[in-house]
Amino acid sequence: MTFEPPDQESADLLALAQSVANNARTGEQLEAFVARSSYTTVRAHGGEVESFTSAVSAGIGVRVVSDHRQGFAWAGTLEPDAIADALADARDNATFAEPDEWVGLAEPDGVAPVPFDAFDPSVATMEASRKIDLALELERMVRAGDRRITGVRVATFSDSSSRFAVATSTGIGGAGRGAWCSMSALALAEDGDETYTGGGSTVGFRPDDLDLAEAADDAVLRATRLFGAKPVPSQRVTIILEPRMAATIAGLLGSTLTGERVLKGRSPFGDRVGETIASPMLTLVDDPTDHRSYAADMFDGEGLACRRNQLVVDGVLQGFLYDSASGRRAGQPSTGSAVRGVSSTPSVGCQALAVAPGAGSFESLLADIDTGVYLQSMTGLHSGVNLVSGDISVGIEGLMVRNGQLAEPVREVTIASTLQRMLLDIVAIGDDIEWLPGGTGCPTIVIADLSLGGS
Amino acid sequence: MIEQSVLEEVLGVAMRTGGEFAEVFAEDRRNASAVLDDGRVEELTSGRDRGAGIRVVVGETTGFAHTADLSEAGLIAAAEAAAAAARGGGGGTNVVALHRGTSSRGYDIETFPGDVPKARKVELLTRADEAARAVGDAISQVSVSYGDNRRRILVANSDGVFVEDDTVRTFFAVSCVATGDTGMQTGRESVGHTIGFELFDMYDIDQLARNAAERAITKLAARPAPSGQMPVVIGSGGGGVLFHEACGHGLEADLVSKGASVFRGRVGQQVASKGVTVVDDGTMAREWGNIAIDDEGNPAQRNVLIEDGILTDYMWDHLRARKEGRRSSGNGRRQSYQNLPMVRMTNTYLLAGEEDPESIIASTPKGVYVKHLGGGQVNTATGDFVFGMTEAYLIEDGKVTEPLREGNLIGNGPEVLQRIDALGNDFAMGPPGTCGKDGQGVPVGDGVPTLRVSSLTIGGTAA
Repeated sequence: MTFEPPDQESADLLALAQSVANNARTGEQLEAFVARSSYTTVRAHGGEVESFTSAVSAGIGVRVVSDHRQGFAWAGTLEPDAIADALADARDNATFAEPDEWVGLAEPDGVAPVPFDAFDPSVATMEASRKIDLALELERMVRAGDRRITGVRVATFSDSSSRFAVATSTGIGGAGRGAWCSMSALALAEDGDETYTGGGSTVGFRPDDLDLAEAADDAVLRATRLFGAKPVPSQRVTIILEPRMAATIAGLLGSTLTGERVLKGRSPFGDRVGETIASPMLTLVDDPTDHRSYAADMFDGEGLACRRNQLVVDGVLQGFLYDSASGRRAGQPSTGSAVRGVSSTPSVGCQALAVAPGAGSFESLLADIDTGVYLQSMTGLHSGVNLVSGDISVGIEGLMVRNGQLAEPVREVTIASTLQRMLLDIVAIGDDIEWLPGGTGCPTIVIADLSLGGS
Repeated sequence: MIEQSVLEEVLGVAMRTGGEFAEVFAEDRRNASAVLDDGRVEELTSGRDRGAGIRVVVGETTGFAHTADLSEAGLIAAAEAAAAAARGGGGGTNVVALHRGTSSRGYDIETFPGDVPKARKVELLTRADEAARAVGDAISQVSVSYGDNRRRILVANSDGVFVEDDTVRTFFAVSCVATGDTGMQTGRESVGHTIGFELFDMYDIDQLARNAAERAITKLAARPAPSGQMPVVIGSGGGGVLFHEACGHGLEADLVSKGASVFRGRVGQQVASKGVTVVDDGTMAREWGNIAIDDEGNPAQRNVLIEDGILTDYMWDHLRARKEGRRSSGNGRRQSYQNLPMVRMTNTYLLAGEEDPESIIASTPKGVYVKHLGGGQVNTATGDFVFGMTEAYLIEDGKVTEPLREGNLIGNGPEVLQRIDALGNDFAMGPPGTCGKDGQGVPVGDGVPTLRVSSLTIGGTAA
């Protein structure tokens, strides 16, 4: 492998991971995943710094596979005695698992990682006073944005610089680093006896990428445009999802397309490869090698190269995502889709989903809707979405769309359908792809024929 | 965990730059879990996390730093970082004398899970898997999870508080998928208490697994839930999350003081139907949200939030209480030593009424009976909240009839509290929950008797 760690700290982490993996006994596979990150969070409120947090955290996860049994243990420190304890615990845990012929660590697969390093050292070296000034400034901008803004629940500046390394006794060795900063504000607006909240955020690979005005304007607009909102009568509606809302739906779909769910019979699309599952307008990829994504990376959680995976092309389901164990069981190569933290074993997951842009701006898509709802926010995603059955029911706030224009505000209503139906009911996809803080890239999506539950 | 003299030294360093309050919160947590899925015990996991968070308060500002290094040098470095972050001006006092206090939850842990052989934990998984699969061929997948954790904490602060606690929680859950002509449906049951392995003396694991399986199978025949407003009867024990969302979060003093709660300025007012009494109670022995002390060293309390419909008080943490010149209500909690504490619920519940639960259903001509709610979410500023129904049935002519598919319900907290028009005499606590706020999860419990809300909006797909 020709991979060179990007800096000394990454090289040190990789060396540590390798030194743990080197303890493998005969007939045993050993993996160490090591991570260290430093971060600060500044919260501003009422013109003052409410809190300033700065810390470094580190940890290690150790996975052992022996006789086709897997065991895992982790520690929230990199002290040698804790690492030794974790290794011993992982070995002991493995003896209680039931054997599975597919269980095992990743093996080098010859796929070269796409070079990527968006790490900007200016994130870690940024002066504390500048972070504070930014948080206070964002709060000021939100407060000044509209006379009805009565407060800001919190304005936050956060940054994080992190490094990870993974090494195995099977010959895997990878390391990566990343740095981000982000800001967000939650505005409170009052008019009469009504209070609304609205959030705005901005994210970047470096401090200079942050766009405070955009975050502030967004928070103000969202907090102030719902005055007078009330439920509308129950009806069938078309919904228009701006990129951040559409990305949520793309994320739900992506979650159903992991090999683990499919193999265990928990995906509604498990037997649909090659079939049309969505409008021909929909093309969905998971591509951490796309460097526009904030989740772009060179390696997955098992140390394999990240790669571009096509999930849906022109509405037709192409296949699923796999890590090495689920791939072996399915007779497929790993798609480099192992996701993990220090405290858990890898699982299959989407890393950098992207919906291919269609045609038309948000405004032009809006203009084509006679009657519909523009969704500003969805609530209850964790309680109202069942990814096995596909049932979706969420609470929403937003604006009615009438004759192609945003009209009166609406709240305390639900929208419901199934994921399967929503995909087929997509009637338009915009050209306004936006790269969101979570790493997903998504344009505006319009979906027809959902049930709105209201008065 | 840490010597008293070291804590006094560290707090002195934290206060040196003018801090008005400083605190060391140390935590040593061990987790163990075991998962069975797809017919096989997949893996056992164990984890250990240990460290301390140090905060320094100067004026309106809290400086916070955390470290995994519990040595004197490591703690002093974190104290200096926290003090610098709070940017205090000038010199302060730096002599802190701690007075060791005690904490007691009033009952003993009978069997520490760490002392139980792993093989016994694994055996529970396979037993539940077999019991669930035996319910019927329609059960196509079963996953079972076991978890325990032991969390030892230490709180020492510049007010002289010095107290330690040791908490054990044990958890067990069974999730089933049933497959039929109509697709796939799920059923889940979970139990968890602030106790040790004696959890399994309290519950019949086989029965728990059968219930989860039967629920999934029942839902195969479910019809789409209606959409729109109608009366909703919530089952005993199954719906405490209603109050957690409808009023609990809105009664957290940090949100209230920032103007982000519809319940701001309403203490002493009638905010709910007469007969409605809502309590948050950290002292409830063995319940999932039980704590002996909160994560700021204050003893857990039973706090009446709404009494006979009248809002009596909010919930408080140290910082908010100090500002208002009152005592904390024992609701300062945090996910781990890496987080700042904030106002959090413990066990939140609605006291029982006097009606026969059967008659509540019988007196509802048309509506929905929700036997089990899933999670929920609230916008505290508007009071609008949603919660999921994981097991629900139609009520037709005063009888529980057909099962309904999953969906969310939506309502407005202040309105729903006024629309409670029947309260059963059958109070029960519900399954264990995790409450998320600002990215931190803490264990919480909830409970309700059977009750009826005269009108809620149901988010189904049927007209």
